[in-house]
Amino acid sequence: MTKIIFISSDGNETAVEAADGDNVMRAALANDVDGIVAECGGSMMCATCHCYVDEAWTDAVGARADGEEDMLESAACEVRPTSRLSCQIRIRPELDGLIIHLPESQT
Amino acid sequence: MSYGVVIIGTGQGGFQLAASLRQEGYQSPITMVGDEDCLPYQRPPLSKAYLKDGRLDAIQLRPASFYERNSIDIVVPERVTVINRASRTVETLTGRTLPYEHLVLATGARSFIPPIPGLEAAKVHSLKTTADANDLRDALTTSRKIIVIGGGFIGLEFAAVAISLGHQVTVVEAASRLMARVVSEPMSETFRVFHEQMGSELVLGASVVEVAVGHDGLARGVRLSDGRSIEGDMILVAAGVRPNTELAAAAGLQVANGIVVNSSLMTADPSISALGDCAAFPCPSSGGMIRLESVQAATDHARTIARRIVGKSVTYDALPWFWSDQGTLKLQIAGLGQAADEDVAVVRPEGRQLVFRFKMGQLLSVETINAAGEHMAARQLLRHPSGVSLDALEARDFDIVGLAKALKEPG
Repeated sequence: MTKIIFISSDGNETAVEAADGDNVMRAALANDVDGIVAECGGSMMCATCHCYVDEAWTDAVGARADGEEDMLESAACEVRPTSRLSCQIRIRPELDGLIIHLPESQT
Repeated sequence: MSYGVVIIGTGQGGFQLAASLRQEGYQSPITMVGDEDCLPYQRPPLSKAYLKDGRLDAIQLRPASFYERNSIDIVVPERVTVINRASRTVETLTGRTLPYEHLVLATGARSFIPPIPGLEAAKVHSLKTTADANDLRDALTTSRKIIVIGGGFIGLEFAAVAISLGHQVTVVEAASRLMARVVSEPMSETFRVFHEQMGSELVLGASVVEVAVGHDGLARGVRLSDGRSIEGDMILVAAGVRPNTELAAAAGLQVANGIVVNSSLMTADPSISALGDCAAFPCPSSGGMIRLESVQAATDHARTIARRIVGKSVTYDALPWFWSDQGTLKLQIAGLGQAADEDVAVVRPEGRQLVFRFKMGQLLSVETINAAGEHMAARQLLRHPSGVSLDALEARDFDIVGLAKALKEPG
């Protein structure tokens, strides 16, 4: 299991233990973390699982997937260099302690 | 105290309505009633990931704690049998009476089983619920010769998965091309070539007139309208769906290819709304009554109804969009193209394909394969108040992303 820390737009912190191989969007939903909507269920058909990867973690998390950038353009909140679709971040042991900031809204 | 909202149906639309109501600050009770014995889940993965891995936790929309935390009462498995409009109550199969202030019909659709001799008698599969998908997965543990009746999204998504698992697949489609109801001819053709290359056999323009059933009750094959017979030991019926409208009709609400609602998703009874697959609503662009089977319609309808219930003024004007993952092809559709009188197919590098659909020179819909950027640009452009012309796209050599950017920039 890998620890992921979600920080909401108002500063609320939730730490969850997630299974390697799952994605960050799924970890948020499974642990009832508010702030991820994930309307398309991870098909990269929407931008309602938008998140900001903490700057200390951007290198470890890696680059955006093919097509992800295009979908991010329709995100409800500001898109920053650290923006990702959380459904495209696969959880692996190197990401233990990963900090994910959540935007104010997704729709 | 208000009796709150009762939602009939625990699909994605029902779930979204409950979630959106709480998000909008709605404080009265919310009760969801559904006949499947589980929490709301997503259906699109049933013909894809879930068919392979069977992970219910991976398709559940939210865990149980979400509903507790948000005071959303989920009553499952339970079936509403009667809507009493005069007393504003619903009655259930187990004898419950639930009062409501607002009732939302999110009853969805069910698989259509065509009236084909033998079909009722044989053990055949359909695909609408996790139970259906589990049955299919079990059946696929031994090598099969599968006949898929229907060449639409579900049938073809299933065919792609089954072929990749090493089974033999024949898809029988009564229309002359695949997905004829929802995509353009060039797109149908691309998918025909793709599925044939993957190894599926496609039979187009012929319908199944009889299913042969063995003594064991299992299907042995089908006879086609062109006289041919196809052998098989497993049949998936994927011939579309029918909206679940019986409760509404019995309650005296108007039904015409779905439960009829107005542009704020309200039936003629102001305390009853309908959403998603079961609702016939006025198309925001053409004004005609339409019914859509999509996650987008279900969730956008739900958000609209939630806003109306909390007292905001609403008109439903969302742009329809759809997707289908078949093997390595990701089909995305923005807008409704059925009324098109002209299609322009464009091929781009890296396997990206686009079909622009026009009516009288105005863009109606864009279909794309493996081209998320173009799809998103299309969704943006199709919402543009003055529309997009064939001329404007031609002038840019159909660079829709460039056109979307140009229209976005001020001035």
